[in-house]
Amino acid sequence: MESTSVPSPQPASAAAGASIDYDDDIVKKFLLASVLWGGVGMLVGVIVALQIVWWPANLGLPWTTFGRLRPLHTNAVIFAFAGNVCFTGIYYSMQRLLRTRMYSDRLSALHFWGWQLIIVLAAITLPLGLTQSKEYAELIWPIDVLIAVVWVIFAINFFGTIAIRRVKHLYVAIWFYMSFVITIAVLHIVNSLAVPATFLRSYPIYAGLTDALVQWWYGHNAVGFFLTTPFLGLMYYFLPKAAERPVYSYRLSIIHFWALVFIYIWTGPHHLLYSALPDWAQTLGMVFSVMLLAPSWGGMLNGLLTLRGAWDRLRTDAVLKFMVVAVTFYGMSTFEGPMMSIRAVNGLAHYTNWVIGHVHSGALGWVGMISFGMIYWLVPRLWGRPLADPDGPTRHFWLGTIGIVLYIVSMWAAGLMEGVQWRSVNEAGQLAHPIFLDIVHRLAPFYWLRLIGGTMYLVGAVMMALNIWRTIRGPAPDAAGPEPVPAPAQ
Amino acid sequence: MSNHEANRNPTPATASDAGYGRWHRRVLENRGGLFALLTTIGISIGGIVEILPMYTAEWGPETADWVSPYTPLEVAGRDIYIREGCYLCHSQMVRPMRSEILRYGEWTRAAEYMYDRPFLLGSRRLGPDLQRVGGKYPDAWHYEHMRDPRSVSPGSVMPPYPWLLERTIDPEDIRASVVALRRAGTPYTDEDVAGVPDALRTQGEGIVQRLAQAGIETTWDREIVALIAYLQRLGVDGRRHLEQQNAGGTP
Ligand code: HEC
Ligand code: HEM
Ligand code: HEM
Repeated sequence: MESTSVPSPQPASAAAGASIDYDDDIVKKFLLASVLWGGVGMLVGVIVALQIVWWPANLGLPWTTFGRLRPLHTNAVIFAFAGNVCFTGIYYSMQRLLRTRMYSDRLSALHFWGWQLIIVLAAITLPLGLTQSKEYAELIWPIDVLIAVVWVIFAINFFGTIAIRRVKHLYVAIWFYMSFVITIAVLHIVNSLAVPATFLRSYPIYAGLTDALVQWWYGHNAVGFFLTTPFLGLMYYFLPKAAERPVYSYRLSIIHFWALVFIYIWTGPHHLLYSALPDWAQTLGMVFSVMLLAPSWGGMLNGLLTLRGAWDRLRTDAVLKFMVVAVTFYGMSTFEGPMMSIRAVNGLAHYTNWVIGHVHSGALGWVGMISFGMIYWLVPRLWGRPLADPDGPTRHFWLGTIGIVLYIVSMWAAGLMEGVQWRSVNEAGQLAHPIFLDIVHRLAPFYWLRLIGGTMYLVGAVMMALNIWRTIRGPAPDAAGPEPVPAPAQ
Repeated sequence: MSNHEANRNPTPATASDAGYGRWHRRVLENRGGLFALLTTIGISIGGIVEILPMYTAEWGPETADWVSPYTPLEVAGRDIYIREGCYLCHSQMVRPMRSEILRYGEWTRAAEYMYDRPFLLGSRRLGPDLQRVGGKYPDAWHYEHMRDPRSVSPGSVMPPYPWLLERTIDPEDIRASVVALRRAGTPYTDEDVAGVPDALRTQGEGIVQRLAQAGIETTWDREIVALIAYLQRLGVDGRRHLEQQNAGGTP
């Protein structure tokens, strides 16, 4: 309905666009879910950050201790926030790129409610201590089965939509979405294979270092195919739309897509450097991680150069601000990652806050910022009215950006410091800092700084939620106007 | 191209790409099924090449006969360690670096993990590595430390876990774990499975006695006892083996 007032992304006449009844209801649902879970997940992040520097925040209750809330944070921000954001963007852009409604409304609804059910179950089981302990794959086996079922429902809907498309060519965003759908299914199923002991507990079929390798094959590619490829797909759709420019280079997108999906899978062992994992596997992981720099930067350049000739709009358009900063952080974290995969560098960085800094330059900088940009672009179009507070996005942008900088700079400093102090040995051949807790105490100022940065980021996200709430609850759009909605900010 | 047109069409047809991209469009990008198939192949190769060799003797992690499976009480303790998320602050992997060996002890050998399901190497050190913590402190130290870390480690930032002192373990539940672990590949015998309740009690009573000598009263079925059994076990097989080796004895 409202959607027909938005320009179709394909070279089609307005009349042809008008004849398709896109399902925007499901897009709205996913969007609101991402805003809600984003707030929850980041709030838990802030709580966890406080617990690290002030232990009484563990509250002395089993279900609120750090060891139980931290997995809640990672699951909430990755699968609830980032996941719902991906589905929002995919359901919106896919229908338009393929010029068809989704294959099945019923599957769309099952996907939506199934996914939210998984999130609620996660929010209940993790604080209860029901976990398999594998990072980003903590959920107990019955929930794992449910995830597989919901994912298959999504996949049928996804490929069904491709099958009934009215456009022959698959635009590059669709390739990235496809790699997301396929790879997450493979990773999830293989990594979750386990023997149940009870309804709530199971043990993996892999043991020891093999289990570790399978887990980090999964873990790194959760980063690669949950936090990277679908978001690159979103970048390929929403950045050109927001910039009103075609993508810089088609050739580059082909090369970097195939290189990225092929190389990513090999890099898992960079999480196990200096472990007793056989050397050949560690070396493979390191070499492929360094190679991954090239396709990653291919994607970044394609995104940034899409703005050529439109840089002046950055000053006024908050959506573009979010997206450009996101792509820049993507470039930064994919430069940092390959460096950290070099054995000698990893020897210093591993186990330290440096890794946490790296994680959040990708998570807050890339995933978070591109999500906010997309959401601010979508809300006026989906609900057919301007944002209640048109300056909100700009304020959110600055709050978020300063928050990220505080977060990652403090974590880099903390990580370098602890890394150096753990390893330094004096002339007598003894540890220069033999007392572990002394080093921990020196990190406190950095942790407080991170807490401030994280809180700013959270406040920005809450402001966005309130702005969207007021927009939706605000007066209905002027019935007379099928005109395109104004850009969100200024 | 005017902005307006560009907005309608953000497909990647830029000037520099004109005329490019004909064949792969026809062969590939117009065909959803084939594209999906090639993507699947592309993302499978790396995993297959890295994971399958782990199951060969030549390329996989080594195993050894000087490592023994966890006892039922240690299995219970390990489950508690997982439940409380201790691995999010504590790694279990001493790297082969001088400073790590000085701080924690012998670096970790591959075989020491052979019965670890799931693995608990950890990726973060908010607290010290625990791979060789077995035998480092008396049982009573752990008891007090878990009750209130600051009572034995002034200035610690570790959370207290007082509920472990109260809650009890359920032998039938642990038997189910041992059965599942055996099905997954850990070499427990039929007697091991049948003897789970006795084994729990025997090992637990040993810890209870040592705690009693330090003036602490508890029972063998408390969670804290299982956790202590697990912690005291960490890195012990490996250390004993390496000491024997260094002493020139048969490995
Ligand atoms: C928030 C992070 C955190 C969590 C969670 C945590 N610890 Fe700790 N742990 C520490 C810190 C910091 C120290 C060092 C100070 C001390 O001895 O208390 C430590 C020390 C230890 C030590 C002594 C190590 C040594 O060599 O001196 C043991 C044993 C230990 N923890 C076990 C556990 C167990 C078991 C759990 C889970 C029930 C756990 N910890 C959860 C942070 C944590
Ligand atoms: C308000 C913002 C946030 C704050 C304050 C925050 C805080 C934290 C803290 C304190 C940790 C634990 C660090 C440690 O163990 O030392 C953590 C871990 C993590 N966070 Fe966040 N976080 C935030 C947002 C996000 C977002 C948006 C994402 C992802 C999209 C994310 C992804 C992760 C991941 C993946 C980890 C685990 C890292 C690892 O295991 O190495 N976080 N976060
Ligand atoms: C070329 C790309 C990248 C490479 C080669 C890379 C490499 C690495 C390395 C070496 C580590 C440290 C492992 C350790 O020592 O423990 C790491 C951790 C991590 N990275 Fe990246 N990184 C890349 C991009 C990204 C991006 C874009 C994101 C986020 C969106 C990200 C998220 C993470 C997370 C969540 C972890 C922590 C995992 C954990 O320990 O739990 N990475 N990465």
